[in-house]
Amino acid sequence: MSSILKIKDLNKKFGMISVLNNINIDIEKGDFLVLVGPSGCGKSTLLNCIAGLENINSGDIFINNKNMSDVAPKDRDIAMVFQSYALYPTMTVEKNITFGMKVRGIDDNTQKVKLHEVAKQLQIENLLKRKPSQLSGGQRQRVAMGRALVRNPKLFLFDEPLSNLDAKLRVEMRTEIKRLHYDLGASMVYVTHDQIEAMTLATKIVVMKDGFIQQIGTPADIYNHPENIFVADFMGSPAMNLINATTVKEKGYFKINIQKPDGSLASLLEKNKKELPKNIIIGIRPENITEKSLKNNQKVQSIASIVDIIEPAGSDTYVVTKLGNKEVTARFHSETKVKIGSLVDFSIDLTKSSYFDPISGQRIK
Amino acid sequence: MINNFNYKYKQLLVNNRNYTNLILRFFLYFLLTIFVVFYLLPLFVMITTSLKSLEEIRTGSLVALPRNITFEAWGTAWSSACAGIQCKGLKPYFWNSIFIAIPAVFISTLIGALNGYVIAQWKFKGANIIFALMLFGCFIPFQVVLLPMARVLGLLELAGSIAGLVFVHVIYGIGFTTLFFRNYYVNIPHELVKAAKMDGANFFRIFWSIFIPLSLPIIVVTIIWQFTQIWNDFLFGVSFSEAGTQPITVALNNIVNSTTGVKEYNVDMAAAIIAAMPTLIVYVLAGKYFIRGLTAGSVKG
Repeated sequence: MSSILKIKDLNKKFGMISVLNNINIDIEKGDFLVLVGPSGCGKSTLLNCIAGLENINSGDIFINNKNMSDVAPKDRDIAMVFQSYALYPTMTVEKNITFGMKVRGIDDNTQKVKLHEVAKQLQIENLLKRKPSQLSGGQRQRVAMGRALVRNPKLFLFDEPLSNLDAKLRVEMRTEIKRLHYDLGASMVYVTHDQIEAMTLATKIVVMKDGFIQQIGTPADIYNHPENIFVADFMGSPAMNLINATTVKEKGYFKINIQKPDGSLASLLEKNKKELPKNIIIGIRPENITEKSLKNNQKVQSIASIVDIIEPAGSDTYVVTKLGNKEVTARFHSETKVKIGSLVDFSIDLTKSSYFDPISGQRIK
Repeated sequence: MINNFNYKYKQLLVNNRNYTNLILRFFLYFLLTIFVVFYLLPLFVMITTSLKSLEEIRTGSLVALPRNITFEAWGTAWSSACAGIQCKGLKPYFWNSIFIAIPAVFISTLIGALNGYVIAQWKFKGANIIFALMLFGCFIPFQVVLLPMARVLGLLELAGSIAGLVFVHVIYGIGFTTLFFRNYYVNIPHELVKAAKMDGANFFRIFWSIFIPLSLPIIVVTIIWQFTQIWNDFLFGVSFSEAGTQPITVALNNIVNSTTGVKEYNVDMAAAIIAAMPTLIVYVLAGKYFIRGLTAGSVKG
């Protein structure tokens, strides 16, 4: 596999303010890279830098092994889909899609062939003569993608393309983009603030915060082995439980003590770690805290605690309790019989847990 | 029983309300009619007077309808009224105004569109300062610039020429045209320019293919505004023209002021209407776009 996009030591400032710091990313042909982070983290700026719509202060951007740092957007062999779709309002769908080819002086016949190829692929053949104002949100989205597809670029860039759609359509288009990626084998960079979109679409995720990359990895990596507390908290819904705890070293294992609301300590045994500091934050996903009777595994330990809130979510029921002075969410079976105020045994699967340093926020390996 | 009472009481209230409404409405129309008459009376007097003979003007009342309609005064005003020593009517000056207004409107609108496009969509350092200075230019009283402008026209060897007047009107029109286009373009999402850039279009291609087709309402507003300004201008026309290049407003003044002997009110009125006609026609033809264009900025596209 060959590198399609490589970003090396990229820095970007707006005036005195650093918005991107030491960005290093490398993706290969066919990768679906998702840049995700809260608003203001620099993900859209990074995408604009890749597109060439923003200048960079230092570092290099290689697209298909060519240094494109100072190349004009049109010569980078990329196409971009925008959040507002940015369709040309006075042109028909057909003209919108062929505008790029027309500007580049591609002959009419080739234009026509490509137009119909793309229109068929996106099922917008019957819309070609319409103006953007006569299209629904989803149709506009398709046309915007058509405009990108018709160029057949080395790299596709998506800037929050689904955030203007309603929830149902968003899920549909998400699937469609995923299918498109699979069918074309194209390389894509996709910006979103929606961590579910990131998880479902990506082959590789970059989590960003305040202009710094927090973690790069596969969705599974990011989900199961978050590098720091920010990533742990940001990715996954409901969020990972981050519980304050203290450790005591015993022979061959660690005893992890978690404070219960009544002041007593609940203890868990960790046998797989060689080294743990005294104070830790333990991160456990809700699905790894379950109702005791339903998961009688050797590795699973349990803590008895009082149920605070029950949130039925259809397929599951989320049960909230208090541990280590934090609200802790557990995922129970949807037909659970637990009631608010009752004492329940929560089974905790420590093999799936993460440990973080409470001061630096970094993962303890 | 009580229900019945309530019902009757309500009916009474409703009737009362209707009655009040009717009076208010009548009052409204009455007031509006007064304003319409007040506003249209001068035009009425102008038109009727221009259609009367001198004899009838002398003997009849100012607001009376003409007894014998004659277009003689119109003919005189157009082709043989005397402005100073020349007696060719308004005709040559009408064409002067056309040759001044059309290029000046066209050029200032085009430059305004380009300026607005650059300031609104291609943010560069100092864009806001330049825009502020241009706005400032809109509010400079024209009397202040007469002398410097006369010097500049002299240096450019455009003094007294039609081209010189076009130049002056373009310069002083740019402030307003830029303001119009900038405010219109500032509401167009920046992503449009980005998308066009990705498509490979350059600065002028984006302007011509994407922005100009979007701009019809604001182009109409600018044209009406500029045409009215330039056509009705008297100060620049009288200051920077010479015999033969005077615009119609200056000629009208000369016709009205330089008659000797009997004052030909009918010719004066006809001349004034002719001078005002083009701006009226422009407004009638494009007026609905004018209103639409002025409010277009506030509505999302």
